[in-house]
Amino acid sequence: MATMNMIQAINSALDLMLARDPDVCVFGEDTGYFGGVFRATEGLQQKHGRNRVFDTPLAEGGIVGIAVGMAVNGLRPVPEIQFADYIYPGFDQITNELAKFRYRSGGEWTAPVTLRTPCGGGIRGGLYHSQSPEAYFTHTPGLSVVVPSTPHDAKGLLISSIETDDPVLFFEPKRLYRGPFDGNPQHGQTWENKPGGDVPVGYYQTPLGKAVVLRSGDAATVVTWGTMVHVAREAIEQCGIDAELIDLRTLVPLDLETIRDSVNKTGRCVVVHEAPRTSGFGAEIIASIQEECFWKLEMPILRVTGWDTPFPHTQELQYMPNQQRIARALKKVTEI
Amino acid sequence: MTDKQRFRVENPGGGEARNAECSHGGQLRLHVPEAPHRPGDEPRFAKFSQQPGDLPCPRPLAAYQELHDHATGLVRVLDDEGTALGPWNPQLTADTVRQGLETMVRIRAYDTRMLSAQRQGRLSFCLESRGEEAVAVAAGMALLSDDLLFPSYRQQGLLLVRGLSPAEMACQCIGNSGDHCQGRQMPVHYSSKPANFVSISSPVGTQFPQAVGAAMAAAYRGERNIVASWLGEGTAAQGDFHYALNFASVYRPPVVLNVVNNQWAISTHCNMATGGKTFAARAEAYGVPGIRVDGNDFLAVHAVTSWAAERARQGGGPTLVELLTYRAGAHSSSDDPRRYRPNDEARLWPGGDPIERLIHHLTKIGEWSDQQQQDLVQRCEQEMLAAYKEAESHGTLADGSQAPPETIFDDVYHQLPPHLEQQRQELCEESLAEEGKSSWPQ
Repeated sequence: MATMNMIQAINSALDLMLARDPDVCVFGEDTGYFGGVFRATEGLQQKHGRNRVFDTPLAEGGIVGIAVGMAVNGLRPVPEIQFADYIYPGFDQITNELAKFRYRSGGEWTAPVTLRTPCGGGIRGGLYHSQSPEAYFTHTPGLSVVVPSTPHDAKGLLISSIETDDPVLFFEPKRLYRGPFDGNPQHGQTWENKPGGDVPVGYYQTPLGKAVVLRSGDAATVVTWGTMVHVAREAIEQCGIDAELIDLRTLVPLDLETIRDSVNKTGRCVVVHEAPRTSGFGAEIIASIQEECFWKLEMPILRVTGWDTPFPHTQELQYMPNQQRIARALKKVTEI
Repeated sequence: MTDKQRFRVENPGGGEARNAECSHGGQLRLHVPEAPHRPGDEPRFAKFSQQPGDLPCPRPLAAYQELHDHATGLVRVLDDEGTALGPWNPQLTADTVRQGLETMVRIRAYDTRMLSAQRQGRLSFCLESRGEEAVAVAAGMALLSDDLLFPSYRQQGLLLVRGLSPAEMACQCIGNSGDHCQGRQMPVHYSSKPANFVSISSPVGTQFPQAVGAAMAAAYRGERNIVASWLGEGTAAQGDFHYALNFASVYRPPVVLNVVNNQWAISTHCNMATGGKTFAARAEAYGVPGIRVDGNDFLAVHAVTSWAAERARQGGGPTLVELLTYRAGAHSSSDDPRRYRPNDEARLWPGGDPIERLIHHLTKIGEWSDQQQQDLVQRCEQEMLAAYKEAESHGTLADGSQAPPETIFDDVYHQLPPHLEQQRQELCEESLAEEGKSSWPQ
């Protein structure tokens, strides 16, 4: 085991997979010589060669398109989109091609691409370096959608994603790259001695489609993912409500069983996500809980989300869900 | 060393010569280009082979084929000795050239001031245009003030040409109450309707087809004004570049499309953006005139922009201009180019520095002196110091957002729809404003 931040954990997963499987290749904007603007691919070109870890032209549609073609012809590409906000030129290739190759060919052609991309706010990135676009992709059958919240999970989930024979969108909450984030930017933190900051140096898998209960509790259930896992954990500690905290880790396929078991126990639930509210993935979770747990529910399920606006620059902290909003929602669902 | 061993900036992709690399003993090999120079290398650039006067200046409505050599060659006006020569010499008055120099020195002083503010923690981010001042300033001066501009994030010089005050620009970067966009965008993402400067986006290249559409609107409404847009050579890899060129070739709207080839897209060298010879040469395939110009030659940029603008105004349609320059600064304040390129590349760039070259020219013709230059630099530094101070009087980064929290919901739509009204009430009623206002660490 070693203390790793999320970037080092991702780098370690890529390094291991490049060594284990000659079909794995890594590419994207600035990912070659430079090692990526967030340093996720640092040293990999030097170690594994320019033909396996390389730069691309600046064209996300092209990056996804060539990844699909490489995968269809037997490789296991792991392209990077520099910011999730820049993924949209690749949208057609992702949703119409990557997601549908297996289905439209009756399983004859497949495209096991793992598309990594940093997402989320908290770095003063404004409209175009802060978005959480995961819900667009959960709406497209054929794609798996993964969002780790710790270095440990990031490495294990990335290895599983690369090894699975289906395409995976792997969203990395960039605010968590260097340390957890409890919602207060004054609290600078590293991953040292933090849950999930200890990472095995070698190979391991964290299964896709499995949520994890990070805190047991009886009073309510909080379902979340990504950066908000840490904000919610701190909110629960601060407000003193004995809530159960579920980190989904994978949105598709969704681990409904873990959610159902928890909500059936607590009868109360708050779903937290950073992305805007309308048509956010929280709506899907709440609809599923309603179907599965209706007779056990004691209170309406609440959502704490980003507002239905673009992600503002200077008003970032008023935009992102914070501990106070989560605590207020927890009080509301537990007041009667 | 022979000139053959030096990197020819005029031919980044290398043309056909490298094809042999893709096959080895009958087995195919993936060709992945590498930058010509990396840290530790001694940069070796060949001098520009083209001289002022090598290329004729065609009439504005010339057939695009007449510009074949312009798309692969290099339009220059200033020679290596600072003399203005050849048919492209725009014959500007000394006053106009001095005004160009002054604006370039002002924008460099502005950039320098902002970079220093960022390093002091007074800005969250910034991005300079050092080395590329002529690209924006000369083009801006060659266009008319009604012409609509769709720039990328490195043409801030256009704003000074259009008369914006540096204080107003600095307010945008701070995101304080002096920013009419209410701090919504990251620094340097300017917008100014009075200056006909369209709001800048971070995703690269999106402005190119938009500029074509805006030019189509100008033609549709029978207006006289034209449109100009800029993107980097790295961005010329985006689909948006090709959409723009193709639509422009079909509808022939009055637009000047500029590729600023500053050699580097963050760490990616321009040979990763094309395997071809030049960016301007792409125009020919679309039936559009393409011109490559020395982007550090103020007079040449002015002349080529004027030519393309005149062609557009006369109904001749679009022109693709490639401006050969060098990004002398980092990509942004978040970038450290020492990690991926030799430090002295900018100094050795065969196109030199645009400001130095114009000073050289003006001095040579007896229209400028060392003393005048010293005075100008000092005046600009003082102006930017005062401008930054004035900007901070509208609020500093440490003050946090100046906009009332509920303004988050303004401008999403023309009118606030019910669901946003409800969210706004939620934000206000729960007085999250106060609690959520914990400011960023400085």
